[in-house]
Amino acid sequence: MHMADALLSPLVGGTMWAVSAGAIAWGSARLGRESDDRIAPLMGVLGGFLFAAQMINFSIPGTGSSGHLTGGLLLAILLGPSAAFLTVASVLVVQALFFADGGLLALGCNIFNLGVIPAFIIYPLLYKRLIGTAPGPRREAAVTIFSALCAMELGALCVVLETALSGVSELQFVKFLALMLPIHLAIGAVEGAVTLAVVSFMRKARPELLARRTHAEAAPSLKPFLAAALVCALLVAGGISRFASAKPDGLEWSVAGASGSAAPVALHGVTAYLHALQGRFAWFAEYRVPAGEGVAAQQAGPGAAGVVGTLITLIIVVAVAALLRRAKRGGATPEA
Amino acid sequence: MASVHGALLDLKRLDRLAGGDTVLHRLDPRAKVLATLIFILCVVSFGRYELSALVPFLIYPAVLIAIGRLPAGYLASRVFLVFPFVVAVGIFNPFLDREVLFRLGDIGVTGGWISFASIMLRTALTVAAALTLTALTGFVPICRALVGLGMPKVFAMQLLFLYRYLFVLADEGGRAARAREMRSFGGKGRGLASYAPLLGHLLLRTWQRAERTHMAMLARGYNGMLPAAESRRPGLSDFLFILFWGGLLITLRLCNLPRLLGALVTGTLS
Repeated sequence: MHMADALLSPLVGGTMWAVSAGAIAWGSARLGRESDDRIAPLMGVLGGFLFAAQMINFSIPGTGSSGHLTGGLLLAILLGPSAAFLTVASVLVVQALFFADGGLLALGCNIFNLGVIPAFIIYPLLYKRLIGTAPGPRREAAVTIFSALCAMELGALCVVLETALSGVSELQFVKFLALMLPIHLAIGAVEGAVTLAVVSFMRKARPELLARRTHAEAAPSLKPFLAAALVCALLVAGGISRFASAKPDGLEWSVAGASGSAAPVALHGVTAYLHALQGRFAWFAEYRVPAGEGVAAQQAGPGAAGVVGTLITLIIVVAVAALLRRAKRGGATPEA
Repeated sequence: MASVHGALLDLKRLDRLAGGDTVLHRLDPRAKVLATLIFILCVVSFGRYELSALVPFLIYPAVLIAIGRLPAGYLASRVFLVFPFVVAVGIFNPFLDREVLFRLGDIGVTGGWISFASIMLRTALTVAAALTLTALTGFVPICRALVGLGMPKVFAMQLLFLYRYLFVLADEGGRAARAREMRSFGGKGRGLASYAPLLGHLLLRTWQRAERTHMAMLARGYNGMLPAAESRRPGLSDFLFILFWGGLLITLRLCNLPRLLGALVTGTLS
C-alpha cells in the first residue's frame, strides 16, 4: 500500500512530508536522550531484517494468495516506538531510492502510513493500554491481532484520504474506501498473526529481550501525544484549507462522494461494476473541467496542434539524449 | 519485488552504477537532490488534465541518463515494475470521467483517458528521476546531502547502519527463503507454521549480530556517533547545474512548449 508520486498533489505530499519530518525529528530527539547506545547498531541491523522479511512470502491457506510482514507493530513491541519508527522510516527511504516504491514525494505519506501510525499511534494508545502488565496468552493474541488490524485499516484509510485530497485520481472517496478497507482487513489479520507468532517465538527463545522492554517503559502519558496530534491537525488543516481554496473541485468531489450521493458499490464482478458506472455517466456530467484549470479547455480547441507539438517535443528529447550518449566523454557537460 | 535475491541484485546493480565517474557523478550530492526535488515538484504540480506540457520534462531523466552513461533499458524496466499500483488506481479515470475534451478525427478523447495518461506519464517521470538520482549519487552521499539539508543525525546514522547491514541480512534472508522453497516443493510448508519460526530465527541471528557488532564498535572507540565525513564546498559546476536545471524546469512548468511548437507547425502548414 505504498502511495505513489503520480497520485499526489504537491500540497498533500508536502504536508505529509512536513508531518513525517517532524515525526523523524521528534523520534530522533527522543532516542538521542536514551543512554542505551546498544540501540543504534540494533536498529540498523533490524532495518536490514525488516527489509529481508518484507520480501519473504508465506502462503495463506485456502486462498492461493500470499502475505508477508510489514513489521511496524512487531518492531514497536521489540524496540519501543521511537526506535521502531526510525527503523521503518529508514527502510522506506531505501525502498524509495532503490526501488522507487512510491517515490520521493510520496515518501512523506508512506512514512506516515506505515511508520507513524503503528509506532506512534497504535502501539502507545491501543496496544500498550490493552495489553496490561502480565497478559495471558489469549489476551496477548487478541490484543496483538486487533492492534495490527487497526494499524492496517488506519493506514489504508490514510492512503484513501491522501489520494482523495490530491484529486489526481477520479476514484470516489467512498468507493475507494469500500475497495481498500476489506482488502486491508485481510492484510491486517495476516500481519497480526505473523506479529503474534514472531513475538511468541522470541519470547520462547530469548525472553530477556522482551522483558527488558516491558521494564524499561512505563505506561505512556497522553500529553505528548495530544500535543503532537494538535500540531499534525493544524498542519493538515492548514494544508487542506489552502488546498480547498486553490482547487475547489477536488474537495467538493470527495465531499459529494462522502455525503452519500453515490450508490453503494456492488462488488460482484468488476465488469458489471464498470458497466453500471458507464450507465450512470450522466451523474458524473456535473463534474466538469473547472475554469481554473484552463489548460484542458484550451486544449479542446487546438487538439491537433497539441498532439503534433507533443510528438515534436518527444522527437527532440530522444534526439538530444541520443546525441549526448554518442558525444565523446570530454565534450559532455551538464550544460550541453 | 518477488524474491529477495532478485531485489538484492537490483540494489547492488544500482549501487554499482553510483560508482561511475562522469561529470554528473562528481557533482555535489546536494545539488542533485535539490534538482530532483525541483523536478518532482514541477511534475506533480500540473493540473490533472495536463499531458502535453509534461512531455518536455522527459528531457531531464533523458539527459542525465545519457551524460551519466546509465543503462537506459535497465532503468526503463525498473520504471515499468512500479506501474501496477498506479494503474490499479488510475484505470478508473477513463470510466468515471467521460466528458469529451477534444476530437482527433472521429475519435473523441475523454478527460478520463487524458488524466489516466497523465498519471502514467507522471509515474514514469517521477520514478525515473528518483532512480536516476540514486544511480548517479549513491546512498551514502545522498544521506550526507540530506543531513546538510537538515535531517537529524540520529536518523542519518540509522540510514547508514541500515545500508551497511542490508546486504548481509538480505543475503541471509534470501538463503533461508530459498532453503524453504527447496524443501516445500511449492506446496506444503510455505504456510504460517514454518514462516513464523523462519522469521524468528532470522530475527534472533540479526539480534546476535547486532550485539557482536556493538561490542566490536565499542572496542574501536565508538561513542554514540559515527564520525562525520569531511564536507566538500559546492563548486561552480554545482551552482551551474542547479541554475541550468532549475531555470529550464521552471520555464517548462510555466509555458507549454509542445503547444507552442504545435501551433507553430500547424500554423505554418495550413
